[in-house]
Amino acid sequence: MNLELDQDRQMIRDAAEDFLSAYSDSAKVRAAHEAGGMDAGVWQRIAAELGWCGIAVPEEHGGLGLGLFELALLQEQAGRFLLAAPLFSTACLAAPLLAEAGTDAARQRWLPALAAGELTATVALSARGLDPFAVGDGVRAEPDGNAYVLTGRCRHVPQVLGTDLVIVAVRLGGEPALFALPADTAGATLMPLETLDQGRPVAELVLDGVRLPADSWLDAGDVAAIHRALSHSAIALAAEQLGLAQQCLDLTVAYAQERQQFGRPIAGFQAVKHRLAEVLVKVEAARSAVYGAAAEVDAGVSDKELLFAAASAKSFADAAARFAAQEAIQLHGGVGFTWEYDPHLYFKRAQAFSHWLGSADAWRERVAAQLLEDAA
Amino acid sequence: MSEQIESLRRELADWLTPRLAGPFGQLRHRGGPGDEDALGVERKEWEQELARGGWSCVGWPTEHGGRGLSIAEQVAFHEEYARLGGPGRMGHIGEGLIGPTLIAFGTEEQKQRFLPGIVAGTEFWCQGYSEPNAGSDLANVQTRAVRDPDTGHWRVHGQKVWTSLAHESDWIFVLARCEPGSQGHQGLIFLLMKLDQPGVEIRPIRQLTGTSEFNEVFFDGAVAEAGHVVGAPGDGWKIAMALLGFERGVSTLGQQMHFAHELQLLVDTARKNGGAKIPVIRARLAEAALGLKVLRANALRMMSGADDGQLRREALSYKYAWSNWHRELGQLAADVLGPDGDVIDGELNRLQQVYLFSRSDTIYAGTNEIQLNLIAERALGLPREPRPVVPSKG
Repeated sequence: MNLELDQDRQMIRDAAEDFLSAYSDSAKVRAAHEAGGMDAGVWQRIAAELGWCGIAVPEEHGGLGLGLFELALLQEQAGRFLLAAPLFSTACLAAPLLAEAGTDAARQRWLPALAAGELTATVALSARGLDPFAVGDGVRAEPDGNAYVLTGRCRHVPQVLGTDLVIVAVRLGGEPALFALPADTAGATLMPLETLDQGRPVAELVLDGVRLPADSWLDAGDVAAIHRALSHSAIALAAEQLGLAQQCLDLTVAYAQERQQFGRPIAGFQAVKHRLAEVLVKVEAARSAVYGAAAEVDAGVSDKELLFAAASAKSFADAAARFAAQEAIQLHGGVGFTWEYDPHLYFKRAQAFSHWLGSADAWRERVAAQLLEDAA
Repeated sequence: MSEQIESLRRELADWLTPRLAGPFGQLRHRGGPGDEDALGVERKEWEQELARGGWSCVGWPTEHGGRGLSIAEQVAFHEEYARLGGPGRMGHIGEGLIGPTLIAFGTEEQKQRFLPGIVAGTEFWCQGYSEPNAGSDLANVQTRAVRDPDTGHWRVHGQKVWTSLAHESDWIFVLARCEPGSQGHQGLIFLLMKLDQPGVEIRPIRQLTGTSEFNEVFFDGAVAEAGHVVGAPGDGWKIAMALLGFERGVSTLGQQMHFAHELQLLVDTARKNGGAKIPVIRARLAEAALGLKVLRANALRMMSGADDGQLRREALSYKYAWSNWHRELGQLAADVLGPDGDVIDGELNRLQQVYLFSRSDTIYAGTNEIQLNLIAERALGLPREPRPVVPSKG
């Protein structure tokens, strides 16, 4: 597996950093929060001009055909700059589901538009939220002649103004299945939820006997493929958490070097130095976990290896993001508790993300089951 | 390239497996950290067997008796060796530390005198750095070396401590002060000294494990020959630090295979004794397994980067990460063993060794506290502590 940040990867990373540091700074992010959690201008440029949505989409479907590693590098920068745009839901949730689990027809229909940045997509996964271990448990699909009727609810659907397509996970004959739901379909309601993290809006999807044509059924009947795709999504989300953690560390180091007490920068006190060093240890562990997992996926993994890869990335990145955000507030002191300073934005995002696509606890239980019951 | 590595793995496995199943069977998975006092005589024989098979010093250039393996091949060698239960290496200080130092800084005579014994597994080395008052503050070394103007030899007085394997070794490399009144990094000398001579006394330290892998070494007028100074007198600090830099993390992949073996023992134990039914124990076992996976990715990152001589963040944080992971594994081992963890059946079992010995991991080669200073200062650029900090190895 290839963990090296070679020249091409470095260029992808640096270009993302340059763009986001200019167009997703604190003031712009806060303005987006006031505007429904979405910076439409930034999204327009990311999707249509920079081509980020297609980076990991296969070339045959109009993408760049690069790997999860490259997508993770973009996601890491999105996390650092608190990107207020649906890159995650479009490129990291919907795209892998279509690419891994979709039928040929579904891929051909949706992926080129998604890769070209013409389609803003999201995924409704389960009753409780984006739970990869309860896929489809919120919605029932029943065949009805040449169509399907969908009834149920899904919470925590990442959703912004302008969402075109919702991929809805359902149970069809008891088995998980995926359906394409255009956001403006009659009988489907996306009710925005008010959230602590104002930069990643979510909605509750309510389906009241929505009738969809037969060709809305997206997947090829391979449930393992759905789980594979969601593991890729979890690794991409972990990359965003890694970026959050890194930025918390950088902000706090800068603040500690500038803030003076007792006549010297607080960065010189060993209690502060050691705390920041511990944050770095967790950030680097998260980076090893995320890069390692992405590189493994790109090199090809078994389903069992993928479980360990996704679990390590998600659990280590969650831990790093939460710890780094906590310490950012702590080490900023009083101003860390204000609305004006940024640490709380990271703190809320890290907390919210740690419950998307499987909490660390949930992933660890899956790993434990493998370790303890399936061992030879 | 990967085909070459696969064939190296196969070649090693074909050589190793029958030996560890037959004549050297009792050494399988023995002699690692926490078990270094085990089976000394047999492990020295093993070193010579390795040498006969051409498996010693595999990373050294061929002109010095090595195999000239690339970094990727060395990683594969260490992983495969440890995975198959290859015994803890009695020769690792010679092979990994002093050998490369002599190749880089030694005189022709020193190379000819010392390298063949390391390659052949016939001469064993230990490291004389730490002293009672020079641990984290290694530059505070007080052992004195005085030059005899007639012979040019050096007479050494002082005490070293935490010297692993001194009782099994033939030679020791010693950091001593050769300029009276000098302080800190200045005025130090790097000497090669025979242990079997008058004026050298080795006393084992009884550790909290009840066993002894570490020693104290006392020098009372013992001699280092004039030709056994590495670098110039006064350059000792530079040589001592360069020596620590040769361990580029290649063997850490082998260490991780030991850890994987320990984790497997722990999982097996938990399945047998019911620990696996306790939800919190399950979560901790999973976390340990994931943590080990992350350590591996970290080590691969360390080796995938450009070798620009700068320690990058993943390298600076690695010691802290693995030692604390291992100490946590030790605690988990004790919790899985339950009350039986307190019962000694003849000798410490492997999990008891992990529990107790891992307490030293966060102390030797730079304590947790020193590691955090290093990370804060070198990786984050925060203000330095009043005194210079350097890692020291026991």
